[in-house]
Amino acid sequence: MIDILSYGFFFLTVALTYGIICLGLNVQWGQTGLFNVGIAGFVAIGAYVSALLTTPASTSHIGGLGLPIAAGWIGAALATALATFLIGALTIRLRSDYLAIATFGAAVAIQLCVLNLQPVTGGPFGIGFIPRPFAGLARQPFLFGAVNLAIIAAVVVVLYLGLERLASSPWGRALKAIREDEAAATALGKSAVRFRLQAFALGGAIMGLAGAAQAHFIGFIAPDNYQPTLTFQVWAMLIVGGSGNNRGAILGSVVVWGIWALSAVAISAVVPADAQARAASLQIVMIGVALCAILLWRPRGLIGEARVASRHILRPSVARRSSNSSSEH
Amino acid sequence: MTPQVLVDGVIAGSMIGLGAIGITLTYSILRFANFAHGEFISWGAYFALAIAAALGSLAGGNVPSLGPFSFGWTLPVALVLAVGLTAGLALVVDALLFGPLRQRGSAVIILVMASFGASLALRNMIEFVFTSSPRYFSTDLQIAQPLGGGMRATPDQLLTVGVAIVLVVGLHLLLTRTAIGRSMRAVSENRQLASLAGIDARKVIRTVWMLGAGLACVAGVMSGLVVQVRPEMGLDLLLPLFAAAILGGIGSVPGAMLAGLIVGLAESSAVALFGAEWRSAVAFVILVAILLLRPSGLFGRHE
Repeated sequence: MIDILSYGFFFLTVALTYGIICLGLNVQWGQTGLFNVGIAGFVAIGAYVSALLTTPASTSHIGGLGLPIAAGWIGAALATALATFLIGALTIRLRSDYLAIATFGAAVAIQLCVLNLQPVTGGPFGIGFIPRPFAGLARQPFLFGAVNLAIIAAVVVVLYLGLERLASSPWGRALKAIREDEAAATALGKSAVRFRLQAFALGGAIMGLAGAAQAHFIGFIAPDNYQPTLTFQVWAMLIVGGSGNNRGAILGSVVVWGIWALSAVAISAVVPADAQARAASLQIVMIGVALCAILLWRPRGLIGEARVASRHILRPSVARRSSNSSSEH
Repeated sequence: MTPQVLVDGVIAGSMIGLGAIGITLTYSILRFANFAHGEFISWGAYFALAIAAALGSLAGGNVPSLGPFSFGWTLPVALVLAVGLTAGLALVVDALLFGPLRQRGSAVIILVMASFGASLALRNMIEFVFTSSPRYFSTDLQIAQPLGGGMRATPDQLLTVGVAIVLVVGLHLLLTRTAIGRSMRAVSENRQLASLAGIDARKVIRTVWMLGAGLACVAGVMSGLVVQVRPEMGLDLLLPLFAAAILGGIGSVPGAMLAGLIVGLAESSAVALFGAEWRSAVAFVILVAILLLRPSGLFGRHE
């Protein structure tokens, strides 16, 4: 029983770290309509920055400042915000898919730097001995798992409340207005470029924070953790859950991670050992097909975006109905 | 830096150019950045590999090499069939995915995202069918022949450059001298107006997919011939392809080819200067530079 519960804690903790990335993506895509294909790269920046700030001094790479974990997380968020801001500043004025191409390129470049800048990042060997929160409890696995879950869950709750508040704030409404009708929003004096850049950097900061949280939960990072598959998984999570909806982002991450973990278990149980690498690629085919299928048949995901712009105005559905009836007369 | 950098750059650049032409055509006519284009390169190479192997075993195993090249008659035949199969694959993906999304009037970015999902599925399907271990069209070792000026190239490498030149000239004539070429340019200028003028937009779209995927297949076979065939070969080429398509100016075929050569030369110089591990960063640096300095590219129109 304790074992199952321990595994449940572990599973939920991992799923919720994805949930944090998803919340960041939701700010960029769900609320602003900015397409980021470089998620894995930005998560890697957060993980590496936090690792370099908090690990004890080491001979295999520079850094190792031994700062407290909180400082690592804040540094991770700031560094990733800066990186996303720069990529955004380069492309947000241009056509919408240039941002996709640029973020894709950024992820390739970041992966390359992480792999090749061995004196800084440890190269292919990665960085170990990343301090884990409440490491003193590590001898009691059950309690340790529970505390870790509590920390990640607390981060998710704080982010959720903050982002919900932000979405209904004047800033969030301006963002939505720009996404829906840029010309009208610009006519009202909202600078589309500035709002988009802010949203893109905010989403990036959250992704960096998620990368740091993940790194400190696992205790070890290596370039292989930040392959394009990570980007795909997070996209699948947001699209399944429902983009534009923060609860959808969290729900999607738990559901998709659950499916992913279950299918991995099924493969290792059913498929013979020598064919497991092949079967694992089928797992990714499934995610790709699912992503396309949802775009085709259920673009709103499990829980779609709530259509309320502000609690101060009428619900759009009511407004539309009344305007329809008036036009019939 | 030695003159050899020039040769290596032109060889890599002619493959990048062929791939970038496909990207630039789909981009200018279907109006979205197709992240699945790299997978047509990989699928093309694997189609040719499978067909050549099947033909080889039908012919009783040992197929003698053609002249100075490392491959026998099976590869050219397999290439022609593989071009057809890759074009068919592109049409199937369009019929299942992009076509329905287009008809629904989906936003550009939804099409981009769908292409992202498609590329993931297509790439991992290759890994499932053919496993991830690298394959080769031929195990023959080729000796690089001196070209003068201290430069060397194998006959296979020279052939790939020659094929690329012939294809680009042919495509350029097709686009500028034939009815379907004029229709394609008309649709890329303005789809509504072109439809009003009686141009069949669906036929143009089919042609674009077949041309783009066919060229991708050739690029894949060339890359497989001079390097190796791997499931990630298309993904690794994708960033150089995008960099070349944007540098050349979206919609410009000569631009894409020229930019492909520039990207190839930049890559081979970077390998000579900083080492092979930084090769993939070059395309990103070029991309950032164009977006900063001249987002419309060398031959693009301002939008």
